[in-house]
Amino acid sequence: MILKQHERGLTVLLDGEIDHHASKTIREEIDTAIYETVPDELVLDFSIVSFMDSSGIGLVLGRYKVMHENGGSIVIEGATQPIVKVMKLSGVDKLARIR
Amino acid sequence: MKVMNEFELKFRAKSENESFARTTVCAFAAQLDPNISEISDIRTAVSEAVTNCIVHAYKNGEGTVVINVKLLDGNMLYIKVRDKGCGIADVQKAMEPMYTTAESDERAGLGFAVMENFMDKLAVTSKPGKGTTVTMRKRIGNGK
Ligand SMILES: Nc1ncnc2c1ncn2[C@@H]1O[C@H](COP(=O)(O)OP(=O)(O)OP(=O)(O)O)[C@@H](O)[C@H]1O
Ligand SMILES: [Mg+2]
Repeated sequence: MILKQHERGLTVLLDGEIDHHASKTIREEIDTAIYETVPDELVLDFSIVSFMDSSGIGLVLGRYKVMHENGGSIVIEGATQPIVKVMKLSGVDKLARIR
Repeated sequence: MKVMNEFELKFRAKSENESFARTTVCAFAAQLDPNISEISDIRTAVSEAVTNCIVHAYKNGEGTVVINVKLLDGNMLYIKVRDKGCGIADVQKAMEPMYTTAESDERAGLGFAVMENFMDKLAVTSKPGKGTTVTMRKRIGNGK
């Protein structure tokens, strides 16, 4: 996972497989970065994520909550077809901007 | 339906095994020559079923997950995932999208919805205190 800070906020380049096993560490790392940098916008870049199940939806929804509480927003970037399929099912595409 | 091939996988309910389980089932199912999107559907559905055993069934301790996979006549994939964990009191309610008993753990309540959507058929039987069995079927090659 690579974190990149820019004017509008924070971009997180996620990698590997996002399942229940992996999501705990990912969640902790992102939340630490959010509290440290207080971004207006959190960009979750899924372009090199090879797998995601509903644990990833929980992860996105959880980060949406954290950002929303602080008046910020969340953007999902680079999600591949299988990941978009899981996201569409969850309706998370209505809370976060997908691009 | 005639069983063309089958295998059983038994493992400790540890989160480290989630990836192993879904990858192994997909490797076996490859005999049915699924396309990329079918493989991805199977991988995700198995991940949901196995994760539920680890997160919910054995939330209070250790246990074993058993997966049976059968390749049936007519290019049909059959997957059974069972645990001997806490069981589900109201299966119908548990299967409703967004229903979860683990909200504090950031669960979305979408595992069953994924299994239902990504596979052709889903059946869940459960007895509180005894365990849960999830069976799924998918015909491979429908979209070809
Ligand atoms: N194997 C199981 N043993 C005991 N309870 C289960 C089992 N599988 C599911 N459940 C119950 O059914 C509910 C719904 O399961 P489902 O997979 O749809 O959502 P979730 O696991 O809570 O969240 P998500 O899968 O989105 O992370 C769970 O919250 C849990 O209460
Ligand atoms: Mg689940």
